[in-house]
Amino acid sequence: MTVKLVLRGKEYEVKSGMTLLDSLRRADILPEGVLAIREGQMIVEDEILREGETIRLVAVISGG
Amino acid sequence: MKCKTCGQKATVNLRQHRLGLCTDHFLEWMLTQTARFIKKYRMFGPDEKVLVAVSGGKDSLSLWDILTRLGYQADGLYLGLGIGDEQNPYSAESHRLAQQFADQRGLKLQVVDIRETHGQTIPQLAESVHRGQGRPCSVCGVAKRHEMNRIARDLGYDVLATGHNLDDEAAVLFGNTLGWQADLLPRQAPVLAGHDGLARKVKPLCRFYEKDMAAYAILRGIEYIYEECPFSVGSTSIYYKELLNRLESDRPGAKLAFYVKFLEARSVGLFAAQQAEVSQPLFTCPTCGQPTAHEGQCSFCRMVLR
Repeated sequence: MTVKLVLRGKEYEVKSGMTLLDSLRRADILPEGVLAIREGQMIVEDEILREGETIRLVAVISGG
Repeated sequence: MKCKTCGQKATVNLRQHRLGLCTDHFLEWMLTQTARFIKKYRMFGPDEKVLVAVSGGKDSLSLWDILTRLGYQADGLYLGLGIGDEQNPYSAESHRLAQQFADQRGLKLQVVDIRETHGQTIPQLAESVHRGQGRPCSVCGVAKRHEMNRIARDLGYDVLATGHNLDDEAAVLFGNTLGWQADLLPRQAPVLAGHDGLARKVKPLCRFYEKDMAAYAILRGIEYIYEECPFSVGSTSIYYKELLNRLESDRPGAKLAFYVKFLEARSVGLFAAQQAEVSQPLFTCPTCGQPTAHEGQCSFCRMVLR
């Protein structure tokens, strides 16, 4: 019953059936700092995560 | 979430505007909003030559993409800073991506290599001068400002555009406010007027969140450097951005309000007294001829010629 979130090579396992926003908060990932990609398509925070899928997270903060 | 314009599935959620948009309408919205800000802040006109400072990152390449799509005459400027090594060839990779972007679109990219021009890379320069001890970003900032101004002026561009987004601006504002840097507050604006040999500088992306710029780059298929500059890891600016994003997460629109209300306060004269102080006439560097705040050599020449 898990979904994989992958951010900069690090994997986080969260429960399926939750929204992307809830899953990010459970994984302690700040939603404002990432974009989520499912099968090459960008998804928004109210999307329900499906059993067994992998969501790629793209970090958006840069500095210097 | 549905696209507010067409009702299709939204791919971008602009929480600060309570606005969901599909890919096509988001990309269109970015163009119309950029055009609006260029006009609102009187950045430049359709006949002016724009030099876009490109780093190979998402913001600057997206800015170049937007300006050319809007029909502006925009060339790019890439500064080779010499950062990175064989394992992490940061500068080499960012140059490759900037050049690839230009070649694919038939755009002109001006390239200046700091080591070829001035004898040292940024890391070498940072090690050799007092200013750079433990703070290579300070040296890098001085070098970039100097070289961007030199190229814009020497090659006859009307305006220099940088890809600073709202998160960049809010982080700087936050830092300056935390330290009550009254002298620095009036210097922060979407447009810094050109005078006394200083090129006009503009920030057309200053009202867009960093997340929205990343979305634009990805949805436009722009290949950009994803890895961070190795010197920016643990930087204060990233720390401030994270703090502001925690605030934004709880209160959508907080970052935007912080920056926009600052601009409003600035425009009604809240920092007028400090503005007068920083508007003193500039001196001319006897070595490079560029304007400088103090008599004698400018900061850059003092670094490279010591």
